[in-house]
Amino acid sequence: MSRPARNRWLIAGLGLIAAATVVVSAVVYHVPDPAISPALTHRTPDATRGEYIAVLGDCAFCHTETAGPSYAGGRAFSTPLGTIYSSNITPDRDTGIGAYTLADFVRVMRLGVKPDGTRLYPAMPYTAYAKVADEDLQDLFAYVQSDIAPLPVASRATHIPWPLSIRWPLALWNAAFHDDSRFVTDGSKDSQWNRGAYLVQGLAHCGTCHTPRGIFFEEKDLRGRSNLYLSGSGLDATSPINLRGNSGDGLGRWSTADIATLLKSGRSEHSAVTGTMADAVRHSTQYMTDQDVTSIAIYVKSLSPAPEHGRASFVASDSTMSTIMAGSERSPGGRIYLDSCAACHRLSGSGENSTFPTLAGNPSVLSSDPSSLIGVILEGGRVPSTAAAPSGLAMPGFGWRYSDADIAALATFTRSSWGNNAPPVTAAKVAGIRDQLRSGRPDH
Amino acid sequence: MATNKPVDVVIVGFGWTGAIMAIELAQAGLNVLALERGEDATTVPNWAYPKVVDEISQSARNGLLQNLSKSTVTIRHHKDDRALPYRQIGSFKPGTGVGGAGIHWSGVHSRVMPQELRLRSHITERYGARFIPEGMTLQDWGVTYEELEPHFDRFEQVCGTSGKAGNLQGRALEGGNPFEAPRSHEFPLPPLTDPPTSALFAKATRELGYHPYPLPAANASRPYTNPYGCQLGPCNFCGFCSDYGCINYSKASPQTTILPVLYRMPNFALRTQAHVLKVNTDSAGKVATGVTYVDAQGHEVEQPATMVVLAAFHLHNVRLMLSSGIGQPYDPGTGQGKVGRNFCYQLLNSVNLFFDKNVYINQFMGAGGVGQAIEDFYGDNFDHGKLGFIGGGVIWGRQTGNGPVRGIPLPSGSPAWGSGWKAAVKKNFLHTGRIESQLSNMAYRGCYLDLDPTYRDAYGTPLLRMTLNWQDNDLRMSEFFGEKLSQIGKAMGATSQSGRVLKRGDNWDTRAYQSTHINGGTAMGADPKTSVVNKYLQSWDVSNLFVLGANVFAHGIGYNPTGLVGALAYWSAANIRATYLKSPGPLVRG
Repeated sequence: MSRPARNRWLIAGLGLIAAATVVVSAVVYHVPDPAISPALTHRTPDATRGEYIAVLGDCAFCHTETAGPSYAGGRAFSTPLGTIYSSNITPDRDTGIGAYTLADFVRVMRLGVKPDGTRLYPAMPYTAYAKVADEDLQDLFAYVQSDIAPLPVASRATHIPWPLSIRWPLALWNAAFHDDSRFVTDGSKDSQWNRGAYLVQGLAHCGTCHTPRGIFFEEKDLRGRSNLYLSGSGLDATSPINLRGNSGDGLGRWSTADIATLLKSGRSEHSAVTGTMADAVRHSTQYMTDQDVTSIAIYVKSLSPAPEHGRASFVASDSTMSTIMAGSERSPGGRIYLDSCAACHRLSGSGENSTFPTLAGNPSVLSSDPSSLIGVILEGGRVPSTAAAPSGLAMPGFGWRYSDADIAALATFTRSSWGNNAPPVTAAKVAGIRDQLRSGRPDH
Repeated sequence: MATNKPVDVVIVGFGWTGAIMAIELAQAGLNVLALERGEDATTVPNWAYPKVVDEISQSARNGLLQNLSKSTVTIRHHKDDRALPYRQIGSFKPGTGVGGAGIHWSGVHSRVMPQELRLRSHITERYGARFIPEGMTLQDWGVTYEELEPHFDRFEQVCGTSGKAGNLQGRALEGGNPFEAPRSHEFPLPPLTDPPTSALFAKATRELGYHPYPLPAANASRPYTNPYGCQLGPCNFCGFCSDYGCINYSKASPQTTILPVLYRMPNFALRTQAHVLKVNTDSAGKVATGVTYVDAQGHEVEQPATMVVLAAFHLHNVRLMLSSGIGQPYDPGTGQGKVGRNFCYQLLNSVNLFFDKNVYINQFMGAGGVGQAIEDFYGDNFDHGKLGFIGGGVIWGRQTGNGPVRGIPLPSGSPAWGSGWKAAVKKNFLHTGRIESQLSNMAYRGCYLDLDPTYRDAYGTPLLRMTLNWQDNDLRMSEFFGEKLSQIGKAMGATSQSGRVLKRGDNWDTRAYQSTHINGGTAMGADPKTSVVNKYLQSWDVSNLFVLGANVFAHGIGYNPTGLVGALAYWSAANIRATYLKSPGPLVRG
């Protein structure tokens, strides 16, 4: 290539890089406008209503360290990138959000961008809070600023290794995946369905755990446009269940009342919640009004089944019970079940209504990803104590008693008995969950 | 000494009665603090399956019981004997820790017979005052069954007790106990299924003309949600109740029935490892000002309170009254004084039945409260005129479960060790049952509690001294029951019987387990000269002090005491809420 030609390519290349840099810089350094309705300036914020908004959004749990002061942050979250800590959202001017304006608050809630332009990791579910109405955010802000005591607690540094710790690419992530649109009422549905959809997609941020994510950790659907929305996921060492209408691993066999009961009390005749969902019930859903939990239940119940391919099915059957009663259940998993599980979950696998959870037809047992089932067998679980059902009934862990192969056999037995029809569980999968749970413990 | 912030109510001890009083007074809006000497505990992890069903740690090494190396009692048979410390758990089992005896109890949940609450009057009316032997200090309890009935009912609803009414509001019901006093409601749950011992017992006693009924059990026969909203799961007959915390949320305990709600209340607080030394009073000794306790670090702490409730185990409640100098101590020489008076126990006869190899009893399964019982010889259900003794008891065929460490009974003459013993165990284990009679123990002038002049505990407080032995009246009654047991055992088809029946001349053997049902010492009653608390369990001497527990019994009843202890706590709480809180002061004028 001649020298002038080479120079031309070089200039063109530099030009492209410069242009790209300008574009990227524009994206990266742009502090976006939070787009608040001008009408809001004439509205008087209602801090009492804002307190309930905080309950709906479950702010307190994530922004409070275990046994720490409320809203002062510091709770650890393990993400695929590393450990991050929630921030202090008390109105302390230096360490909290006391210096925020309403616009600053709305920007961080909807776009994940702090007033200084720092990008938040999407562990903060601004992807869902973007759906929340101006009025709700205004009231929430009023509550945070006026009713929470300011506490000077500095936010903890994240434990994310370089170069993943560089935050500006999050702006590109937002440009690619973030949908900063408000909730849109569906005129073909009634107001209760719309209220439920608004809460599920917005404040209650159900999709954060229950919607599957893509390779860039983005939720595959943020507002219910496809049947992947809320179709079950894998998060940490758990597998949040499919909330859609599938009759096996979903809520197809649940009534609206069953869903509402679970949200109010942490248990229903189909299942009981432990782990992260227990925290959601403990801190948020149990305090929702009956009307709001019913609205959520109506919306969730309206979701069509997710694609059935590879999913478990359930058709109640007494053949397992017959085999056990005939004394011929001799599989390794079946024997462990009889030794360690049947006392509560019974030979029939049907447990005892709302006290000992049923395993037959339980979505947590049937989930495509068996992580939650394995985790509960390994470490046990506790149902939250709620006003509606104060007993924090607990199951002990059996990880100390059984090997990975034993637990795989047991999980496989429960997933293939009493009419459950879900794929087997491997010892390697159990070993993986065991490691993840061990490394997630604070003493590790 | 550090002084804590004052509270409305301080409760000493956090078992059944402490939990009942705490929730009732917290619901009334009071600021309640419970002090418990032991540790906190809950189903998971403390009684998680399978680690808790360990006969060595729980039955042999008494995992749930008071640590006798720190504090115990001294015991003697007669006031002229020298009392010695109870250094190993034997005859009775004081619990410790949150839940107290409500954790390690079996679950037998009876009430009381109306006549027992006015026993002196009843015996006098039927047999004449001279029927009461010299030295038997019987007295009426000052409260009636009718007054207590709603509270028996309440406690059964809380516990989710399994049973069958025999007398529903005066109407006799088939399948229940025909000797039962009227009850306002059916049991909250149907009876547990009869295991083999109970089924054989029911058949045999019916054929003998007696009236078997399913023993009321606080072991849930179905899933249950109690009036507080707490949940129980159904019992699976694992056979680990007495000595054990329940793995299955099936046995009623403070943890399963009350604490989940209490712990949600912001006006309730619990402090564990807080050993109370004394109740403090004002200079005139008329008003309790709070308590002094030793905390986990060994520091003495003063806890001021407007009201004090003693809700510890029997032994500790009585000792606190004595060591705090509240009420005149009982003097057996003069018969004067009242604190320590009418200390009683219970007599238990236990007979093992060995059956033919075709009769399967399957003692590897059972439940603490499951069984069939007869009350044909309870209280004064039978004519004592010709028999010449006072008292009676319940006879039952319970099946509580058994295992090798707890002891495998064998027929008399079996080798005690080696291959002969093994062969006998193999032959008998699946074919052995047990029937028992649990009998009243009357109050006597020479049976009492006081402070030991020699021995002190780890905190420097004198130990409680027991002076108690079996008396002729009670041993003659026991012999009568021995004959009944033998008759029933034969009728059940046992090929041989062995066991223990107390007979005239027998002394109280503190080494062998009998029952934990010690009672009396701060008796309730209508007369402040012979009782420590009035009918509302309020101290006659210090009106802002309430004393709960079996220590308020005026004599030893034949039933398991928990049902009555719980009902009395609800009764006391109801009166505190309805009357005392509106106008604090004596609820009965002495």
